[in-house]
Amino acid sequence: MLLRAIVRNCAVLGRVGATTLLAGLLAGCQGGVLDPHGPVGAAQRTILLNSVAIMLAIVIPTIVATLGFAWWFRETNTRARYLPEWAYSGRIELVVWSIPILVILFLSGIIWIGSHDLDPMKPLDSQQQPLEVQVVSLDWKWLFIYPEQNVASINRLVVPAGRPVHFSLTSASVMNAFFVPQLGGMIYTMNGMTTQLHLQADQQGEFYGRSAHFSGDGFPGMQFVLHAVAVDAFDAFVNSARSQGQALDRASYQELARQSLDVPPSTYRSVEPDLFHEIATQGVPPAPGPQAGRPEPSVSPKTGG
Amino acid sequence: MLGKLSWDVIPFDQPLPMIASAVVALAILGVLAWVFLAGHFPYLWREWITSVDHKRIGVMYTLLALLMLLRGFSDAVMMRSQQALAFQAPGYLPPDHFNQVFSAHGTIMIFFGAMPFVIGLMNLVVPLQLGVRDVAFPTLNSVSFWLTATGALLVNISLVIGEFARTGWLPYPPLSETAYSPGVGVDYYLWAVQIAGVGTLLTGINFVTTILKMRAPGMSYLSMSMFCWTSLAASLLIVAAFPILTATLAMLTLDRYFGFHFFTNEAGGNMLMFVNLIWAWGHPEVYILVLPAFGIFSEVISTFSSKPLFGYRSMVAATLFICIVSFMVWLHHFFTMGAGADVNAAFGIATSIIAVGTGVKIYNWMFTMYGGRIRFATPMLWSLGFMVTFVIGGMTGVLLAVPPADFLLHNSLFLVAHFHNVIIGGVLFGAFAGYTYWFPKAFGFRLHEGWGKLAFWLTLIGFYATFVPLYTVGLLGMTRRMQHFDVPAWYPWVLVAGAGMLITTAGVVAQIIQLVVSIRQRAALRDVTGDPWDGRSLEWATPSPPPVFNFAALPHVEGEEPYWSIKQRAREQNRLRDEPEYEPIEMPRNSPTGFICAFFATVMGFALIWHIWWMVALGALGAFATFVVFAWRDIPEYVIPAAEVARIDRANRSARREALATYTGPRP
Repeated sequence: MLLRAIVRNCAVLGRVGATTLLAGLLAGCQGGVLDPHGPVGAAQRTILLNSVAIMLAIVIPTIVATLGFAWWFRETNTRARYLPEWAYSGRIELVVWSIPILVILFLSGIIWIGSHDLDPMKPLDSQQQPLEVQVVSLDWKWLFIYPEQNVASINRLVVPAGRPVHFSLTSASVMNAFFVPQLGGMIYTMNGMTTQLHLQADQQGEFYGRSAHFSGDGFPGMQFVLHAVAVDAFDAFVNSARSQGQALDRASYQELARQSLDVPPSTYRSVEPDLFHEIATQGVPPAPGPQAGRPEPSVSPKTGG
Repeated sequence: MLGKLSWDVIPFDQPLPMIASAVVALAILGVLAWVFLAGHFPYLWREWITSVDHKRIGVMYTLLALLMLLRGFSDAVMMRSQQALAFQAPGYLPPDHFNQVFSAHGTIMIFFGAMPFVIGLMNLVVPLQLGVRDVAFPTLNSVSFWLTATGALLVNISLVIGEFARTGWLPYPPLSETAYSPGVGVDYYLWAVQIAGVGTLLTGINFVTTILKMRAPGMSYLSMSMFCWTSLAASLLIVAAFPILTATLAMLTLDRYFGFHFFTNEAGGNMLMFVNLIWAWGHPEVYILVLPAFGIFSEVISTFSSKPLFGYRSMVAATLFICIVSFMVWLHHFFTMGAGADVNAAFGIATSIIAVGTGVKIYNWMFTMYGGRIRFATPMLWSLGFMVTFVIGGMTGVLLAVPPADFLLHNSLFLVAHFHNVIIGGVLFGAFAGYTYWFPKAFGFRLHEGWGKLAFWLTLIGFYATFVPLYTVGLLGMTRRMQHFDVPAWYPWVLVAGAGMLITTAGVVAQIIQLVVSIRQRAALRDVTGDPWDGRSLEWATPSPPPVFNFAALPHVEGEEPYWSIKQRAREQNRLRDEPEYEPIEMPRNSPTGFICAFFATVMGFALIWHIWWMVALGALGAFATFVVFAWRDIPEYVIPAAEVARIDRANRSARREALATYTGPRP
């Protein structure tokens, strides 16, 4: 009686647990790389899920067989046959080498094709001309320059939904990685170098973006929101940026390049031509890092030298 | 006079490190005081500190590893608890402290936890399995150990004096250059890892030589145990890879100390060269760690299945295959740096090809169990836990080798979960399997099974409870190394991972209790014969603990499982082999060279970190003088008389004779 009650309760608990877990996992997918809102992210997710599915097809049987063999051949099982000398079988060896080789052959095809199709440097298929955005990672904020519109923004990226965006990226000082999980894969930013990335947001929305490579004390604050908006809203953003704020020239850039933490979004009404190129080719010097003798919120007093 | 050193470098204003280090310092002082007052120091000096016996050195390596694993684990607890408290809040660790904690965690776990653990077990077991008396260069072996200890000491000194690196466990420039890391943290990292790295390189040379040149009479390459094969592969990798690390860190050191421009932003420096070089070492490094663990699993699964290893030659081939291919995959650590499609695809394919070797091994272990009589002792539980866990880690690893998937997951907590999955599930489970398996060989008594099994289950469950949430939150886009975060969707998973850490902590506590309980009950757990698990390789032919000379007469080896065939013959004929003719044995004398060298290396490393140049000269001179004195030694060896050898061996033979008389298992 008691036993049956326990069993019934356990079954109910198990069902509730499984449902909660499933719900949790589904809810967990919201906002991550498994919930893409652009063609790049969607294609990368497909490759990710396909690869997992291919591997699970052998991983699950392997785990089951491992546990099954271990349990069946336990010392106390008198029904299991003991083969104390059995240590070689050519046929099994053949299978044992073939299974992983076949899986890897299959995966290699995916790797080769996927790497070429989803090369971050490759322009996206689209009727529309991509929007050019230049990205500079600074200590510790993101600078987004719109060269065609001649405005710039800090820690806030506004792009038209449905139109491809071509990012050119560099860093003012240390390495960072530009990453908008819901739109597609990341790319590094490095001083003295320019990397390329193509992304597109299919729908309007706000997407979280951040640096994915540790860059020092202000690293957690190296985050931004990417606003994918309608075309007229994008134009409105450009117009409002043009009508207020500072101009971004060398002097204000050098002020900007100093270390600062958790910087709120702002815009620049104009950008000195070729500023991005100058940063990427070190026409302007790399950002200074911690400054001796100047109180920095982020620098430990121990390391002031 | 004292370079950059002054009272300001000690963080009196930060209670956490001060209290922690005060407790540790008090504990160390207490132990030292007890050692001296109780008169144990001469014993320690004679029998351990100056010992060149590979078994003693192996034990000391393992002890160092266990201590450092505790230090690294406490860092892990701090990181998980900080993140659990740091959702839209600062938490309790300010960024500069948190960044030191994760950098120290990685450095300590890899260089001073996993490496000494694996090398310690190699030291203890390889010469015994080869049927020889010691490694090729016993005093060098002692130098290796003490230099590793120097590195560990320097990392821990940074807790109190100055700071540790805030750059992650691999100090990528330009963040690690003086422009962005002006403090001594990176210098602590550089000198600690350099000095320990010299020790590791010497170990690699020592073991390559030992395994290639010093096997028991009759032992061909294809009759070596699997653990010897994987140790050989790991040692070859050490010899090939560690010089790359040394050179890379030397270049960064030149940048930092003399204003060179190997990796700087300015003057033609190229930071990507550092990234390439460090991973050209870094990827072989993970196989240096995991190959010996694979060897341990091979020994354990075969012993506890009471069967020979399935597909031995296939296993050897797979090991060497992994050994070679591991040098051709380093670029997969930075697919996201814009190398281009052809390069990414080539390295992605090379990376997934390694999984063939690993897959073969998994299947061979499976078929080793097939047809066996499996005893679920603690080492076997660790091995089974490994097989299941490692397959999952391997799968996520191959997933990360697919460049388009890596673009989404690189540097995320998914990646963190992956490499903990393979390093905990592979290396650490292997080391714990080896620890429980060979503990009776080292100390003459087994570890307590009940506590061991409890520790296994708690660690296994704690591992999954910690890292499954991290896999998930990585898929949600959470990156690693975040002192605080603002995204609400991540928060629940970070909390669950924190709770998982509590279970893992219980596992660590169970493991400590296991050791204490086992020592207290050592009489009941005594291993009388030297063969507590019905083993198959030569280490079980010696008494537990083995005498300093290991074998009274070197065994003559025929076939793949030398000790098993000797034992089967004894069971068949119901009597032991004939007593050998005992001869006097020459053994290397103990030497303080390693300890004194390391003392001067510590002085030199500390002085280099703090720019105290006269002290640098003193340390370098001292270390060199120690070496010269050693090189001019007159009497390198001492002789153990035949009568003493006979006495020790006869005692063990009588124990074995008794065991044979009461043996009730199957006879051939």
